[in-house]
Amino acid sequence: MSTLTLAARDSSTMVRRQLKRLIRYPSMTIQLVATPVILLVVFVYVLGGTLGSGLGGGRDAYVNYVVPGILLMAVATAATGTAVMVATDMTEGIIARFRTMRISRASVLTGHVVGAVIQQLLGMAVLVGVALAMGFSPNASAVEWLAAVGLLTLFAVAITWLAVALGLKAQTPESASNAPMPLILLPFLGSGFAPTDSMPAALRWFAENQPFTPIMETVRGLLFGTPIGNNGAIATAWCVAIALLSYIWAKKTFNKA
Amino acid sequence: MTNLAIAANGLRKSYPDKKGDKVVLDGIDLAVPQGTVFSLLGPNGAGKTTTVQILSTLIPADGGTVEVAGHDLARKPDDVRGAIGVTGQYSAVDKLLTGEENLLLMADLHHLSRRDGRRKAAELLERFDLVDAGGKTAGTYSGGMQRRLDLAMTLVGDPRLIFLDEPTTGLDPRSRRSMWQIVRELVAGGVTIFLTTQYLEEADELADRIALLDHGRLIAEGTADELKRLIPGGHVSLRFTADDALKDALTALGEGFLDPSDDDRLTLQVPSDGGVASLRELLARLDAAGVEPAHLSVHTPDLDDVFLTLTGQKQETPR
Repeated sequence: MSTLTLAARDSSTMVRRQLKRLIRYPSMTIQLVATPVILLVVFVYVLGGTLGSGLGGGRDAYVNYVVPGILLMAVATAATGTAVMVATDMTEGIIARFRTMRISRASVLTGHVVGAVIQQLLGMAVLVGVALAMGFSPNASAVEWLAAVGLLTLFAVAITWLAVALGLKAQTPESASNAPMPLILLPFLGSGFAPTDSMPAALRWFAENQPFTPIMETVRGLLFGTPIGNNGAIATAWCVAIALLSYIWAKKTFNKA
Repeated sequence: MTNLAIAANGLRKSYPDKKGDKVVLDGIDLAVPQGTVFSLLGPNGAGKTTTVQILSTLIPADGGTVEVAGHDLARKPDDVRGAIGVTGQYSAVDKLLTGEENLLLMADLHHLSRRDGRRKAAELLERFDLVDAGGKTAGTYSGGMQRRLDLAMTLVGDPRLIFLDEPTTGLDPRSRRSMWQIVRELVAGGVTIFLTTQYLEEADELADRIALLDHGRLIAEGTADELKRLIPGGHVSLRFTADDALKDALTALGEGFLDPSDDDRLTLQVPSDGGVASLRELLARLDAAGVEPAHLSVHTPDLDDVFLTLTGQKQETPR
């Protein structure tokens, strides 16, 4: 068998390991699914009336506006869980065992990433389901839905590789849980919860040039037909860049540790 | 010359430290023939685990040449990995998976077919007395069971060279003996074992050759008997029922000391190598003088004595 087939085989073994672990330890998954749902409820029912009138609609307008931001936040929250899980895994003897075996080295990490992305897609599906029940009403075609899911998956892969690298870099599971925190703030400091043109100049500049904003704008455009412009290309470029750099960083850290 | 499972020359390793570099291994030579048990013995911090980590490809050495299982460690680490198995001090099992799932995970990583993997897992569960626990998650296992599962996982790939890093530390005497039995069976099957331990008794029981590691240097190497002969301290202990008999015996033998630990002052210690010939001569002399000791015991120095004498420190009490 070629190196590539072996790497694929070891990775799929590690994905199975990770999925079994996620099923055995469901409290993490439940928390990761529930947190964004609670946020959605708070933003729509508590703040949505007021915020929606600012958009020239009401609560219904705000549901439609806020869902992409919360979707990204769900991924960022999940990244915390992944970083902790990786950091914990590294402290256990099993990783030392994997390192003394003739297996594809990155397969352990690939297992974590694929497991986490599956977990996040599940979380996003639940979130969209709840949002639909709350009046979320996208007018997208099947192809547009597919494109949105594709971009969100790419984003999840990128952020998860970043989380894996942060988890590997952290000395303890506790510090691993802090490292991805800034990611959770990025939807707020972007177009996630309010349009950027309502922000003061310096913040507005940051909000418009940080990676989360073009992603959220693209998802909005795909689901509601608002103009996307070059946001699609910028969003894809950010995701690919974050994914690649984080992958290289994670692999290097894993081999060195 | 026999083939060597491990051949190391001038192995060095140091770690950066506040006061410059801390030398952990200071030029170690190792020669472990195939199919034997080699034990590396030393106090905590002597460099045992570092040695295992280097030989099992976990960390690189700073200097020296090493061949493990016939492969150059620095240039062909993956070939080394394909030939070895490692069971470390801290259990290397996935605590969220069941015992059986852990074994099947190893089978998959060794690219066994599904059927061979299942057969192997069942066989190992049986052999390591884990059949009943096979369906429970490893996190619920006792220390002894986790250690057995750990070793079972190492055996899935049929390694010819196994590193056991303090395999019985923290185990109760019964689990320790069952671990020893497993090691003996492996050796009978032709496997080479590199064992580190802080239990002198364990090295004495299992090892063909023993090396004493202290402050990153090998201070002695040989069979258990050879090591014991390195230091004085062998004697025959004779206990008498009356003071007169003791005095007669002392006159007949010409040398001896009162055992200070006997409060009745009726025990005589006579220096001896403990061999059959010298015992026969000693008894003949006592016979000729007409004295008969009530009790006789032979004391040969144990590895504890060797360790103490050579390192000048008391072996640490195991946890």
